[in-house]
Amino acid sequence: MTVPPASTRATSTQATANEQPVDGGRIIPVRHPGQWIGVAAILVAAALFVQFLVTNEKLRLDLVAGYLFERSVMRGLLLTLELTVVAMVLGIVLGTLLAIMRLSGNRVLSFVASGYIWFFRGTPILVQLLFWFFLGSILPMINLGIPFGPTFVEIPTNVLISQFTAAILGLGLNEAAYMAEIIRAGIKSVDPGQSEAAEAVGMGRMLAYRRIILPQASRVVLPPIANNTISMLKLSSLVIVVGLPELLTAVQLIYSRNFQQIPLLIVASIWYLLLTTILTIIQVRIERRLDRSVTGPRPAIRVAERQGTPS
Amino acid sequence: MTDPLVRAVNVRKSFGDLEVLRGINLEIDRGEVVCVLGPSGSGKSTFLRCINHLDRIDSGEIWVDGHLIGYRRAHGKTYELRPHEIAAQRRGIGMVFQKFNLFPHRTALENITEAPIFVKRQGKARAEARAHELLERVNLGDRADFYPAQLSGGQQQRVAIARALALDPTLMLFDEPTSALDPELVGEVLDTMKDLARDGMTMIVVTHEIGFAREVADRVVFMDGGVVVEQGPPRQVLDDPQHPRTRGFLAKVI
Ligand SMILES: Nc1ncnc2c1ncn2[C@@H]1O[C@H](COP(=O)(O)OP(=O)(O)OP(=O)(O)O)[C@@H](O)[C@H]1O
Ligand SMILES: [Mg+2]
Repeated sequence: MTVPPASTRATSTQATANEQPVDGGRIIPVRHPGQWIGVAAILVAAALFVQFLVTNEKLRLDLVAGYLFERSVMRGLLLTLELTVVAMVLGIVLGTLLAIMRLSGNRVLSFVASGYIWFFRGTPILVQLLFWFFLGSILPMINLGIPFGPTFVEIPTNVLISQFTAAILGLGLNEAAYMAEIIRAGIKSVDPGQSEAAEAVGMGRMLAYRRIILPQASRVVLPPIANNTISMLKLSSLVIVVGLPELLTAVQLIYSRNFQQIPLLIVASIWYLLLTTILTIIQVRIERRLDRSVTGPRPAIRVAERQGTPS
Repeated sequence: MTDPLVRAVNVRKSFGDLEVLRGINLEIDRGEVVCVLGPSGSGKSTFLRCINHLDRIDSGEIWVDGHLIGYRRAHGKTYELRPHEIAAQRRGIGMVFQKFNLFPHRTALENITEAPIFVKRQGKARAEARAHELLERVNLGDRADFYPAQLSGGQQQRVAIARALALDPTLMLFDEPTSALDPELVGEVLDTMKDLARDGMTMIVVTHEIGFAREVADRVVFMDGGVVVEQGPPRQVLDDPQHPRTRGFLAKVI
């Protein structure tokens, strides 16, 4: 290898540095030829897939269209939505409570929360669903009153816990255990200086959580919460064990009669994809809102407005 | 009133085996500005945090404005206060942190109105009018709608000062309020604090800004090893320190 003498190198660098741009200094961005090859490959694959869909008689796209809005499918879809929304709300509310309990520094609360999370993450969700459904067989009556003392109200368990209630308890209480850990991670991601500042202005613990800590944690926990929600859409199909036919079960019932598995599974998938799309859009919107304080545009400096306001 | 506003009596505090405060005695009058100097680890921040009970003391007592901080005496016994009672005591004490600790998800204005609205339950309109006044006072009248991330360090610290003032405290605590700032931003924060001192606010300022102490402080307190080593008027302590440890420290800082 030959290294040019130091003096030559110095001169050549200088020559480059002094060179005048010929086209007025326009900057040419780095080219990415690989991207174009990738796009071409994706287009070819997509074309092949569309051809397969359109030309394949066995897919019975006519059946897909026919069953897409069928009554039992619609009822299943509605049930899936209801279960997901209610179970997630229960999971988030209870999960937040459990996370705060675990971080409270109170040994009893922390122990109770840890125990809850241990139990509900540790047992199969199917077992939990069935447990709530069959609670009536081991505990026929639910009493409201003073423990070991007089009873005020007595309700048969099977009246209190309907199929839907059992499904919500099964899905929601299980979700809460996972949610608790997500939210705990979110709370711990907030700078401890924030709760000190909140305390220093005289806020109590709960107020500091509500106004200062949880809003900041929500930026961190939103993606995993969206994950769990999308997962819950499909997880909710387990409620067939308590006899509730949601979306997936609804199409299964249909193809068990007409043996058109593939078209009906496509029907279910279309709806799941649509719901997932909607959830993703909602997630992006909320995320953008929460990021506003960090990445948002600078507001106008308001001098004029101040002069107009009475003080 | 002739009572001191702050009275610390033999305050002790340990973290595990480490005794950080070893018997602090200090009295501060109303309207007095006290600058606390001392080497790193001497317990300055800890003492400040004990004054509004962010850290709890192990023994001794701290009185602010006639209230025993964190505790209640009755029938010769000392009871720990409930969290909401401690929160109420803190409302009379403003605190400014080294790292500002503004609420990043709230605008400058909302940072200031947060406690008046949700802690003191003032009406929104009233709290906002007052917040605008305070922003004006720290020279940020035109930045009300800015989020902390959109403000410079010096501006953030001035919002933090306005936030602390919003509860009309009788005492302001500053823990190295300019240490996290670029040199050219230090002046604007110190100016704000000078204004505050001129208006008669009682202030305890932990700082390494000797010039500020010399100009503004009524008294300089030198801490080392968890005790007050020397105190007196700035001229005396800064220009003619009596204790060798004060001399050693000042030789390094100036
Ligand atoms: N929460 C804590 N747990 C354990 N040790 C602590 C804690 N806070 C402070 N300390 C220790 O107490 C001592 C005094 O800390 P402090 O922050 O009060 O010092 P300081 O005088 O403010 O120092 P600096 O000038 O560096 O801020 C240090 O040795 C520190 O490590
Ligand atoms: Mg400190």
